[in-house]
Amino acid sequence: MTAAKVTVVNALASATALAPARVGWLAGARCVLQRDLRLALRRRADTLSALAFFVMVVSLFPLGVGPEPALLRSMAPGVLWVAALLATLLTLPRLFADDHQDGTLEQLLLAAQPLPLLVLGKVLAHWVSSCLLLVLISPLLALQFGLSASAAGVLMLSLLLGTPVLSLVGAVSAALTVGLRSASVLMALLTLPLYIPVLIFGAGAVQAHNAGLGVGGHFSLLGAMLLLALAGAPLVVAAALRISLESA
Amino acid sequence: MTAVLSLGDLGCARGGRQLFSGLNLQLAGGQMLRVQGANGAGKTSLLRMLCGLITPTAGEVRWRGQPVASLGEAFGRELVYIGHAAGLKDDFSPLENLEFACRLGGDNPSRPQALAALQAAGLGGFEQVPARRLSQGQRRRAALARLALADAAPLWVLDEPFNALDAAAADWLQVLLSAHLQRAGLVVLTSHQTALLPGAAQQVLAL
Repeated sequence: MTAAKVTVVNALASATALAPARVGWLAGARCVLQRDLRLALRRRADTLSALAFFVMVVSLFPLGVGPEPALLRSMAPGVLWVAALLATLLTLPRLFADDHQDGTLEQLLLAAQPLPLLVLGKVLAHWVSSCLLLVLISPLLALQFGLSASAAGVLMLSLLLGTPVLSLVGAVSAALTVGLRSASVLMALLTLPLYIPVLIFGAGAVQAHNAGLGVGGHFSLLGAMLLLALAGAPLVVAAALRISLESA
Repeated sequence: MTAVLSLGDLGCARGGRQLFSGLNLQLAGGQMLRVQGANGAGKTSLLRMLCGLITPTAGEVRWRGQPVASLGEAFGRELVYIGHAAGLKDDFSPLENLEFACRLGGDNPSRPQALAALQAAGLGGFEQVPARRLSQGQRRRAALARLALADAAPLWVLDEPFNALDAAAADWLQVLLSAHLQRAGLVVLTSHQTALLPGAAQQVLAL
């Protein structure tokens, strides 16, 4: 017992001797980003299952509708985009639910950094761990549908711009439904309508390219949506989390 | 000591039921508040209210004269809350958990400091074991190890900190608490233990 006391005193002494450095305002976001990415690496099965889901759903379509090249080529943008959207939706319910369960969500709300920035770190980690792989593999899947190399490039670029919006907007519904019993169904109902604009302009970019039209307008709109979501979603998520934890 | 926590006419209703009302209390630096009461009396709700996680149904909680709701992350720097859930990530080791918790709380302890805190918490040899493989008491110790590095935060709010702790760990926690009170910190905790820190200035609130 006395030994324990001595160590405590030592620990306290060393803690006071080296005064903790004040951390910058982005430190919180970086901390959460690192934490969630490390968690995603520890739980590779979860990360990879969303990717497997995406690949499987996309691959089912050519099997279902038959191998007619013209039909497949015109379907490809929509199919790939809807599959990406569903795969993202699959991973979103756990964005805050795990943290809520083990009590770390409370710690985020009581952290010394602004909550919207912590949320931004969390959403960024979600995008990197569950959407980025999906974006990178999409040109490969586009081959199954007979898309040209340039169309596959446009598809990948549209996903690169669009999937962060899916993560950000989905985080809002994830925050609103955290702690609820039927969270995942409710989340899908809340989120899918909000995904419509991203789907229209994301798939639309590839269709426009296939039709020989310019894709600049589509990309501008996707970029605008991304900026809007980046600026707005973290604030809304932070407010939603505070509301959800009031009753939890 | 200016760090004063005050509850003004505080009331709480949860799920349509009045848990407590008209709660008035002042807590100065170096004082401990022990909240006791039957299960479901609203102890945890009161603690969450002090942290600003729940908006009071009536009245307000003030920290240094300011309502806690308006303080935001500035209050987070002054507060350590260890709730009923330990706040540990199962996939992380106690060391990783401790370092992330400290960084979120605005501290940046060095590796030796964090290791010393875990050692003092009786987790020597378990620093690198994933938290899911620890026993209930060890998880509790891992969460409470944060306190050994939290002397910069004047207010500690602890929900049943002695739960699942063995005698040695309970002694360790008492030492930590009295050291915190001696440097004019504030402690608010719920506990069923009555003989707690006999020498310390403490108030008991029965809900």
